[in-house]
Amino acid sequence: MPYPQQLKDLMKQVAATRAQRVAQKQSGWHFPFLSLDQRKEMLNHHPDFREEGRREVRVGPSKGYRVAHEIVDLLEARSRVDPDRLDLARVALETDVLIIGGGGAGTSAALLAQEQGASVVVATKLRHGDANTMMAEGGIQAATKGEKDSPYFHYLDVMGGGHFTNEPELVHTLVTQAPSAIAWLEALGCNFTKSPAGRLATIHGGGTSRKRMHYAADITGAEIMRTIRDEARNRGRDITLLEFSPAVELVLDERGHCVGAVLYNLETEEYFLVRAKAVILATGVCGRLHIQGFMTTNHYGATADGVVLGYRAGVPICFLHTVQYHPTGIVFPEQAEGILITEKFRGSGANLCNVDGEQFVNEREPRDVEAAAIIRECSVKGKGVPTPSGKAGIWLDSPMIELLAGEGTVKREFPGKYILLKRFGIDISQEPMLIFPTLHYQNGGLEYTSECTTKVPGLYVAGEVGGGVHGANRLMGNSLLDIIVFGRIAGENAGAYAKQAARPGALTLDHVRRYHQELASAGVGAERIAPMLLPDYTPPDVRGRQLTAQYQGTLR
Amino acid sequence: MSTNATVENLVPIFIMGKRYEVPETFTIMKAMEHTGYKFLRGCGCRGGVCGACSAVYRKAGDYHIRSGLACQTVVEPDMYLAQLPFYPALRQVYDYATTEAAAAAVFALYPELFRCVACNACTKICPMEVQVMDYVAALKRGDILQAAEQSFDCIQCGLCASRCMGELPQYHIAQVARRLAGGKLKPRAQHLADMLAAIQTGRFGDALADLRRADKDRLRTLYEQRELEPEMTGEEWRPQATVGL
Repeated sequence: MPYPQQLKDLMKQVAATRAQRVAQKQSGWHFPFLSLDQRKEMLNHHPDFREEGRREVRVGPSKGYRVAHEIVDLLEARSRVDPDRLDLARVALETDVLIIGGGGAGTSAALLAQEQGASVVVATKLRHGDANTMMAEGGIQAATKGEKDSPYFHYLDVMGGGHFTNEPELVHTLVTQAPSAIAWLEALGCNFTKSPAGRLATIHGGGTSRKRMHYAADITGAEIMRTIRDEARNRGRDITLLEFSPAVELVLDERGHCVGAVLYNLETEEYFLVRAKAVILATGVCGRLHIQGFMTTNHYGATADGVVLGYRAGVPICFLHTVQYHPTGIVFPEQAEGILITEKFRGSGANLCNVDGEQFVNEREPRDVEAAAIIRECSVKGKGVPTPSGKAGIWLDSPMIELLAGEGTVKREFPGKYILLKRFGIDISQEPMLIFPTLHYQNGGLEYTSECTTKVPGLYVAGEVGGGVHGANRLMGNSLLDIIVFGRIAGENAGAYAKQAARPGALTLDHVRRYHQELASAGVGAERIAPMLLPDYTPPDVRGRQLTAQYQGTLR
Repeated sequence: MSTNATVENLVPIFIMGKRYEVPETFTIMKAMEHTGYKFLRGCGCRGGVCGACSAVYRKAGDYHIRSGLACQTVVEPDMYLAQLPFYPALRQVYDYATTEAAAAAVFALYPELFRCVACNACTKICPMEVQVMDYVAALKRGDILQAAEQSFDCIQCGLCASRCMGELPQYHIAQVARRLAGGKLKPRAQHLADMLAAIQTGRFGDALADLRRADKDRLRTLYEQRELEPEMTGEEWRPQATVGL
């Protein structure tokens, strides 16, 4: 859908102020950043602060914690499997390390676990690499330029972005391991954008004090994912991939150590057991729960399975009351709704403008502040741009980049988005994009340590399924970093544990029985099952005609 | 939520030959879900980068086979479509650490490279507009860097291989080229190696320990006082304060 005439007319307001805004930027002026107190005020407009959007979870290790209804619905739900119907004596597969999740964290973990001499099974719900890692565009942070940057500044930026709530130990590990994560990827053949002499290109992201965002054009995550996936495939003798086989329950032994998982073959509908000496949860996130009805940038399988599995096994949750809304998701054309427009556009100089073509916020505030400012501009101030389907959006002035960095820059630096919108008849080097915040990232998750261990011995956590390192708000470029740094640590530690210390006992699902009893005593969740596995987009009228279909949650 | 609530004009499409009516503004993916299909395969990122949802189709009365990503392609009236969620092209295992970044190594892994007859069917079918035949030609000439560059937007959906007369697994060959280019042909970043050495010798240990000890108020102060690298400066910029460096 190209822009209809009504939007083309409104767009003229942006074009009218463009030259002046470009001149200001070139002169070094920028729209004032908010002070820490002003940020706090602005955040009242953020969806996290809507009390009616959440409720207390009434069972499990973090009983009493208030999180989004959509997440509580999954925590207060029964297992997909009846523990009494599953024969625990029939083990389909044995391995040293079982990794649940085949995205960036899981694959990094697989490589490092294999290097410890461990046999590895990676179980993934869709294909290997079907994960949000693949979709991360903007970049990966690391302080690699010692003349102006260091882990010290990276640490400060991370803490400030997270409103000083982050777990210091995790942040310390993240920023000090960051350069080695980049070096590891470079050595594996990842094509970061660099000069002919090898100097890595770096730019700003929201909330960075130094330009430390490394990138591979505008498909940084995809380049990282396909590189490490290729390496994992080369090591297929030790790393077994089970695709379309999500985990539906962890298995513990009689001492409460994690010793495997129940997997589900989505295609043949069989449940089967994998026994392992150590298990890593690297399942990612929750965008497809559409919290508070928001659109999402997340991939099809992002249904918070790992949080459900870990929580039932006894791992507490933290920071899950905060969810990251990416400030800039496409709101028109509607077919592309929710698709992420990387922060790199703003890092490269593109302003945000309201319906009158005015700037109302600096384009490089931390994400939660930026998103709150956009929501306020549209809902409270009524300065949003009306879309044909009755929504509101804000202009992201991408043509500015051409004026700042030269003609052809948008096509060269943002080939993915350029092609995508060109298909809809929109040339983003000439016309601004229409955006609105979109559900993007799960700041919180399962509690884990800087060694990736959890309260449950033998159970490790890596990546977005865990919480703490980003505090209440993650900065751009720290999620790709998180999955590589903690994926590697989890793999290394789980591999070593499996080879040396692990003494797995007999398999049990008693923790599931206990959880079911707890649900029954609290009088909740009898009608729901979890994990969700896949969202359901079947229209209600079609569902109403599926008279003999048996739905188990969202699956039939 | 993810679908439009307003009433829209419906258009007929044919999913594997069977007629359905769907809203005219929908992508193939949303249209199939609208009819009651539930995806297991054939759906991934829903954002045009993962290569899970490649679709092939033709239009009424037209023999041309066209392609697109189901999550990105808007339906058209009388579109005849099917998905190709998986293609069994041969991928060779290789030891990256010991593989030489030379044309001979790529030829040895994929001798079928020379079965290319330059028909250009691969480029025509590519939903990402990658110049597939051109990068295959570059590889035949031994130009790994060029092939890496030209294949960069590949999403490894496999449609190129599905149309290839020479039965090449183009997207797997390109992956080898990109890794050899990225890790072995392009120069490594010296500043990165320097930083690793600095961290190893503990250069930032005291400064970081100081931050770890700082209470919230002091952290806030340090945060607000930190020097911001200006946006429009180049690599020459240096901060004034040396604390933490």
